[in-house]
Amino acid sequence: MGTLGWTLVWVIITFGLYIGIAIRSRAKDTSDYYVAGGGVPAIANGAAVAADWMSAASFISMAGLVSFMGYGGSVYLMGWTGGYVLLALLLAPYLRKFGKYTVPDFVGDRYSDGARIVAVIAAIFVSLTYVAGQMRGVGVVFSRFLEVSVTIGVIIGMAVVLFYAVLGGMKGITWTQVAQYSVLIVAYLIPAVAIAANLTGNPIPHLSFGEILGELDGIQEDLGFAAYSAEFATFSRMNLFLITATLMFGTAGLPHVIVRFYTTRTVKEARRSAFFALFLIAILYTTAPAIGIFAKYNIIDTINGQPVEEVQSIDWVEGWSNADLLTLEDKNADGIISYTPDAETNEMIVDRDIMVLANPEIAGLPTIVVGLVAAGGLAAALSTASGLLLVISSSIAHDLGYKLVWKEATESQRLLMGRVAMAGAIMVAGYFGINPPGFVGEVVALAFGLAAASFFPILTLGIFWKRANAAGAMAGMTVGLSFAAFYMYMVIWGGMEPWFGIDKAGIGIIAALLNGIVMVAVSLMTAPPSEELQELVEGVRYPGSYTAEVRETLAN
Amino acid sequence: MTPDDRKHYWRSNLRLMAVLLTIWALVGLGAGTLFVDALNNVNIGNVPLGFWMGQQGSIFTFVALIGVYVWRMEKLDESYGIDEERDIAQGVSKSGEAH
Repeated sequence: MGTLGWTLVWVIITFGLYIGIAIRSRAKDTSDYYVAGGGVPAIANGAAVAADWMSAASFISMAGLVSFMGYGGSVYLMGWTGGYVLLALLLAPYLRKFGKYTVPDFVGDRYSDGARIVAVIAAIFVSLTYVAGQMRGVGVVFSRFLEVSVTIGVIIGMAVVLFYAVLGGMKGITWTQVAQYSVLIVAYLIPAVAIAANLTGNPIPHLSFGEILGELDGIQEDLGFAAYSAEFATFSRMNLFLITATLMFGTAGLPHVIVRFYTTRTVKEARRSAFFALFLIAILYTTAPAIGIFAKYNIIDTINGQPVEEVQSIDWVEGWSNADLLTLEDKNADGIISYTPDAETNEMIVDRDIMVLANPEIAGLPTIVVGLVAAGGLAAALSTASGLLLVISSSIAHDLGYKLVWKEATESQRLLMGRVAMAGAIMVAGYFGINPPGFVGEVVALAFGLAAASFFPILTLGIFWKRANAAGAMAGMTVGLSFAAFYMYMVIWGGMEPWFGIDKAGIGIIAALLNGIVMVAVSLMTAPPSEELQELVEGVRYPGSYTAEVRETLAN
Repeated sequence: MTPDDRKHYWRSNLRLMAVLLTIWALVGLGAGTLFVDALNNVNIGNVPLGFWMGQQGSIFTFVALIGVYVWRMEKLDESYGIDEERDIAQGVSKSGEAH
C-alpha cells in the first residue's frame, strides 16, 4: 500500500477511536461539561494536558524551527517546558483548590466583575489566534497526504471536533486527548528512532544526535552558513534571555492549560498531574532537537550538490513541491542544486513546517510510518483545538452568559448554552482555518507575550499577596497588555526601530514586569480587599478542608 | 489546622518554592541563554555543554524540579495531617467543590 492508503487507514482508525470515546463519555451536567466532573486521575490528566499543550506547532513545526534556527531554536524548547515549573509551583495547586470552571472565574471572584470582563476578552483573543493555526495544520496534513483540498480537510476536522466536544465537553475532550497523546507520541518517536538507528547505529535519538552534530556544523560552515550549534547566530544573548523568559511566563498564563488543573479530584492530584504533564511533554521536546539535526543533515545530503533531474524525480520532492512547500530552482543552470545562504544564488527553499512530516520519507522509511506521522499531526492539532474551543465556549457561555447576563439560567439551560457556544466557536475556528488572516503566523508567537503581559502577574499576585486588589489588577492588566500590544504593533506594522534591539517576541516579559509594578503601586494606594476576599486567598493556600465554604457547610 | 500551623505550613511551602525557583532560573534562564557561550567551552560526549543544556539538559532539570516539588509537598501535607481523600470520604469537602 502507498502513502495515501496507509494514511487513510491510520486516519480512519484514530478518528474512529476518538468518536468511540466521545460516545462513552457524554457530559451529564455543567460540571462534567466544563471540568469533567472534577474527577480525572493525575496520569490521565497529565496526558490530557500534554496533548492539549502540544499543538500542530509543537508536532509539525517545532523540530523544523529548531532545524533552521540551530541553537536559537532552544528558546522554544526551554521556554515551552520551563513555563511548567512556574505553573506547577505558582498556579496549579492553588487554582485547583479555588475550584471553579474558568480562569476568568478566579479573576472575577478574586478581584471584580470588571476584571472578569478584561480576562474574558484576553482569554478569547489568545485562544482564537491559537486555534486558527490548529485548523490550518489539519488542512495542511489532509491536503498533502490525502490529496483533498485544504478546505475539505478543515471541514472534516471540524466535524470530528464538533462531535466529541459538543457531546462530551471537557469530559469527552479529556479522554479523547489521552488517546490523542498516545497516537502523537508514538508517531513522533518511531521515525526518530528509525532515523537515529539508520544514521548512527544507535537507536536512541537523545544519545546519537551528538555524532551528527559535529559533521553538520562542518557541512553548514562549508556552505557558508553559521555552524548549527553557534550560540548567537539567530538571537543575541539578550534576546535569547528575553524570549525564553517571555515564553515561560506566557506558558504559565495560557488559559487553556491552566483550566486543565480544575479537572483533578484533589490538590495533590493537581500537583501530580503537572509532573506527569511535563514528563510526557519532555519525551517529545527532548526528541525534537534530535529530529531537527537529523532532518537538516538528511535534506542537505539528499538535495545539495545533486543533479536537478535526479532530485526532482524523488517521490517526496515531487509531493512537497506540488504542495508549494518545497521549491527547487536551478538559477545558475549548471544542472546541480546548490544550497547557499545568499537568496540570490540559493536554489533550495524548504518550508520549515515540512521537516517532521517529510522526515520519514526523506529517510526512506516504509509508507506505513509516513501515514502514522500524518495521523500524529492530526492528533496534535485536534487535541489542542478542542482544548482551546472549550476555553472560548466557556468564556462566552459561562463567564459572560451565565455569570454576567443570564444569572437565573437553570442547569440544563447552562449546559445548552455551553453546547451552542461550542458549536459557534468551531464554526469561527473553521472559517479562520480555511481563510487564514495573513497575520496568524505572527500573532500565534506573540500570543505568549500577551498572555505573560496580562494573566501571569494578576494570577500569581492574587494568590501570593493578599493585599492585591481589583483596582491594582485592572491597572496592571491594562498597562501590561497595552504596552505589549503597542510595542508589537509598532515593530511589525508601524515601522518602529526595536528599542535596544529587543525582539518583538521578547517584549512580553518586560510588559509582565511593568504589569506587576503598576499592580503593586495601585493596590497600595487604594483600599485593601475585603475580609471575605482575604479569607478566600487564605483558603486557597491550604489543601484539605480549610475553606470558607466548608465552614459554611459545617455550620449548616 | 490551627492558625500557627497554617503559618508554618505556608512558610515551609514558600521556602521550598524559593529553592526550586532559584535552580529553575539559574538553569532555564542562565545556562541556556546568558552563559551558554562559556559552557560551550566544555564538551559532554561530543556535544558542547551549553548547547546540550539549551536543547536537552534544561528540560530534564525542569521535570526533576516538579518531581521534587510534588514529593516534598506530599511529605509536608502528611506531616500536617492533611488528607484530602479522607475529607472527601467524610463529606466535609470535595476540595474546592465545583458547584
